[in-house]
Amino acid sequence: MTPLHDLSLRDAAARVRRRETSSVELVRAALDRIAAVEPAVGAFLSVTEAEALAAAAAIDRRIAAGEDPGPLAGVPAGIKDIICTAGIRTTAGSRILERFVPAYDATVTARLKRAGAVIVGKLNCDEFAMGSSTENSALGTTRNPWDGNRVPGGSSGGSGAAVAAGECHAALGTDTGGSVRLPAAFCGVVGLKPTYGRVSRYGVIAYASSLDQVGPLARDVADTALMLEAIAGHDPADSTASPRPVPSYLAALEQGVRGLRLGLPREYFVEGMQPEVEAGVRAAVRELERLGAIVEPVSLPHTEYAIATYYLIATAEASSNLARYDGIRYGLRVPADSLGAMYEASRAAGFGTEVKRRIMLGTYALSAGYYDAYYLKAQQVRTLIRRDFEQVFQRCEALVTPVAPTTAFRLGEKIADPLTMYLSDIFTISVNLAGLPGLALPCGFDASGLPIGLQVIGRPFDEETVLRIGAAYEQATDWHRRRASL
Amino acid sequence: MRYEQVFVAITREEVRRVAALARLRLAPEEEARLTGDLDHILEAFARLSALDTKAVAPTAHVEDFGALLRQDTVENPPAGDEPLANAPSRDGRFFKVPKIIE
Repeated sequence: MTPLHDLSLRDAAARVRRRETSSVELVRAALDRIAAVEPAVGAFLSVTEAEALAAAAAIDRRIAAGEDPGPLAGVPAGIKDIICTAGIRTTAGSRILERFVPAYDATVTARLKRAGAVIVGKLNCDEFAMGSSTENSALGTTRNPWDGNRVPGGSSGGSGAAVAAGECHAALGTDTGGSVRLPAAFCGVVGLKPTYGRVSRYGVIAYASSLDQVGPLARDVADTALMLEAIAGHDPADSTASPRPVPSYLAALEQGVRGLRLGLPREYFVEGMQPEVEAGVRAAVRELERLGAIVEPVSLPHTEYAIATYYLIATAEASSNLARYDGIRYGLRVPADSLGAMYEASRAAGFGTEVKRRIMLGTYALSAGYYDAYYLKAQQVRTLIRRDFEQVFQRCEALVTPVAPTTAFRLGEKIADPLTMYLSDIFTISVNLAGLPGLALPCGFDASGLPIGLQVIGRPFDEETVLRIGAAYEQATDWHRRRASL
Repeated sequence: MRYEQVFVAITREEVRRVAALARLRLAPEEEARLTGDLDHILEAFARLSALDTKAVAPTAHVEDFGALLRQDTVENPPAGDEPLANAPSRDGRFFKVPKIIE
């Protein structure tokens, strides 16, 4: 019999609704699992045991009273610690917010709760979501459940690791340049970056506002679809959250891929990538062909400029967004004689190395004399990158690529060389620059037993097709059923 | 190599200028490391100058539905103590800051 913590989100919710299992039992199973594996994984920055048990008991009472507790009925979920949770510490993985307790829920937090999910804790991440390995968290180390010497990916590394380790049935992450998809790939779970504007950013601590998007991580595509359905949709508190109606993503999953035209961008199969990753992704493409998809080579010629474009735009936006941390109304304050000295001392003590590096890079790119050459130039190249996708999407319904050029790398391996770390995002960042939906799902393992990630990229607001391709692949394979031995 | 036209080597003085703009106080070793890092990163990013973008409009945002405006109606109850609960230093209902005007 499947242990409770290993049930899919759908099965767990169905059992709660049928009163075969109570929400309190599910939450206790998750808390037991957290207690057992956290010493090896380190996914959580806060475990909200008391609040979770109280919320679960409330769900159970509602069921007993004959009420509908929602599609995620009583199921334990985790939330990246960059997403606000009322009354629960929210740190963004930073010293500067180490003691920050939000007064309100982010819209996605409120929507998860309204759908019946029970929040069991807050998950580690790179500081302000700036990183690809979660090693930039100032508050803890998260290890890859498949190999404790490896990174979980980042920046939503706690979310990927917790879902892979069975500590919660699903989690929320944020994805600015690959931060949901990379940890999903490295940890062998499913992760979706929705179209920009599909999900509200209200109450999500900002990194780069034209790129940030909240996305779900879960152990299969259907659970991911269910999570997206719960959080998507317009929000009067976020003017960038699209008013387009939210379809039933679950309903779209059964349609198969027969006749779908899938593009294989040649720029995403490059020299220097791990041969097993290329082999795994190419095998997945053949499987999709076998299932009836029509695969054809395409070109996204500006791909080689994406890293520079992304890191100029994202850091420029970050330098502006992070100007708010001044030690006045919340966050760390280092006392000083003057206001200016207090700002400088508080920011110096509160921000870590990578955050300072990105603030400096962004401030430089926006400063007088360099704005046109760097920031404006990057915005123009962003247009070219978008056009590449618009062109291929005139012909193809989706693109299939690797998530990353390698499987999970070793802790400490890339931390001293920022540019090498930035290259981890080479296959994910264009999707953010163009505002598209991107799904990561497992498509094999390398010789060391580390998961390989397949990425499906779709047209704007066509999460249905992206999820449907993922579901068809998953039905034909069993990679998503493998579990790390912990 | 047209990259050279845009890329200007990053100096220690430049790093100090930018740190002052960003309100960051850097230790001498941080200054040294950031000078090297920024130099290395921006040199790699100068590859963008190889593209001719004279006729290309910049993308600041990918959205196509324009600004979604709503009525600015008050929905929250008047705040109690919550906004001050995270204050590093406070005096009753006020945030305390160092003296601004001598």
